[in-house]
Amino acid sequence: MSFVEIADVALRYAPQGGAEGTLAVDGLSLSVEKGEFVAVVGPSGCGKSTLMKLATGLNFPTRGSVSVAGRPVKGPVSIAGMAFQNPVMLPWRLTRDNVLLPLEVVQPHRRQMRARKAEYQAKADALLASVGLEGAGEKYPWQLSGGMQQRASLCRALIHEPELVMLDEPFGALDAFTREELWCVMRDLHAQKNFTTILVTHDLREAVFLADRIFVLSARPGRVIKVRDVDLPRPRPLEVTYEKQFTDIVHELRGLIAEARQ
Amino acid sequence: MSDAGEEAVVAAYKSDPWVRLAPWVCTIGLFVVWEIAVRVLGVPYYILPAPSSVAYAAYEFAGGLAENSLQTLWTTVAGFLLAIVFGLALGLFIGWDRRIYAGLYPLMIGFNSIPKVAVVPILVLWVGTGWLPAVLTAFLISFFPIVVNVATGLATIEPEMEDVLRALGAKKLDIMTKVGIPRSLPYFFGSLKVAITLAFIGSVMSETVAANAGVGHMMLTAQANFEVPLVFACLIALAIEGIVMYAVMAWLEKRMTGWAHRSGFNR
Ligand SMILES: Nc1ncnc2c1ncn2[C@@H]1O[C@H](COP(=O)(O)OP(=O)(O)OP(=O)(O)O)[C@@H](O)[C@H]1O
Ligand SMILES: [Mg+2]
Repeated sequence: MSFVEIADVALRYAPQGGAEGTLAVDGLSLSVEKGEFVAVVGPSGCGKSTLMKLATGLNFPTRGSVSVAGRPVKGPVSIAGMAFQNPVMLPWRLTRDNVLLPLEVVQPHRRQMRARKAEYQAKADALLASVGLEGAGEKYPWQLSGGMQQRASLCRALIHEPELVMLDEPFGALDAFTREELWCVMRDLHAQKNFTTILVTHDLREAVFLADRIFVLSARPGRVIKVRDVDLPRPRPLEVTYEKQFTDIVHELRGLIAEARQ
Repeated sequence: MSDAGEEAVVAAYKSDPWVRLAPWVCTIGLFVVWEIAVRVLGVPYYILPAPSSVAYAAYEFAGGLAENSLQTLWTTVAGFLLAIVFGLALGLFIGWDRRIYAGLYPLMIGFNSIPKVAVVPILVLWVGTGWLPAVLTAFLISFFPIVVNVATGLATIEPEMEDVLRALGAKKLDIMTKVGIPRSLPYFFGSLKVAITLAFIGSVMSETVAANAGVGHMMLTAQANFEVPLVFACLIALAIEGIVMYAVMAWLEKRMTGWAHRSGFNR
């Protein structure tokens, strides 16, 4: 059985007022192997964020089944780390304490927080340094630039060494240079820690650069219309994005999404 | 630690002493202009007494003025403290869940749109005259902004933040203590400035209708006795008391939630 199994899932949101609730995804099936990096692309509003919430146990399917790490998802999975387009840092906490937030919630760290505080702080600082934020732990998040906050938000997603990392357009609000820098940060973190990653993105180059496999979703209600393997060798340097093999995949995906939007 | 904006103001103080003096110059200027205008135009004292005669009246009735100011101060503060306790409790309750928020918010708005002066006769009916209706009016009028602000701070947690924590198995209580409550503190302390001013209005209003002590009552008596300068002295006493209470709350807000000022939270 795969690490993440979504089998023939439909999800209809609760109706608001008189209108019928939105059917966000329908007949959605996908599976992700342990340690794999997959990307999910598709037209806007097709249910990508919904997929994230299904896999982390924040929402439950109306039909079909979701399982993570071999267990059916009945509630929050606790082994996931999440990052979003909006870094949402708590402004009253130092960046380091923001990164430590998940450890204050998940066991066994929650229990050990007081006793192992210094150790955890060192770990947070090391993680921050690994994404190029040496010394930023001592600063407040609002003293950091958008790109730096996004790096810190990645650290927060990774601090509890999650087996599953969910990224919902995490680089969407950044300039092109910062974004490419963070691709490399993410590539290296994944190579080093080998967590299973699901990345939702609108940026097809980002998907092809980072992912082992790409799922293309249809327009709403979302379902998988194509699974594209990315057989570019790893580690991938940024220059790979200018090679023909790379751009061919991007074009192919582009065509698929343009079609799905109709 | 101080931020750039604060530093800019401090720098302005240092380089230009007029920035620091300006409020004093304006205040003193107002009284000087008032004094001169009254004298030159020969305005009768029962229409508008000159500041000098107001000051004299204040000196003459200093004892009563102090006593009544203290009375008003304590009824205001008592009502305000009640408002903090109930306002916080109700705000936490309402903000706890979006459904409670949605259900009770219209009721709160409805309650708040009743002019509180209309409540005073009912309070008198229930508890008689004296200090109690003053405290209760101060409470009723000032607890609303506290409730609304605390509840809003809780109910407007970024959904992403909630997702991050919920996906980790955080309970509602975790989310509230780690995110909701710290986040609503700037709203809470911000609301105290408004609330103390309203509490003050409430207690004075009630004193002018249903009390035998307090600055409001004193004003009414002075007016009945045609002691117009004393009426104005009362007015100025109220202004000073109001400014002091506001300043204390503004200072407290700054002290307690400096991060919100520095980070530009909620702007
Ligand atoms: N909490 C909710 N309640 C009701 N409807 C919702 C909710 N969340 C999402 N939807 C609806 O479900 C559909 C899919 O939403 P979702 O956020 O999953 O799309 P998406 O693919 O992430 O879009 P985008 O690419 O713009 O981020 C949309 O039509 C949206 O309006
Ligand atoms: Mg989305």
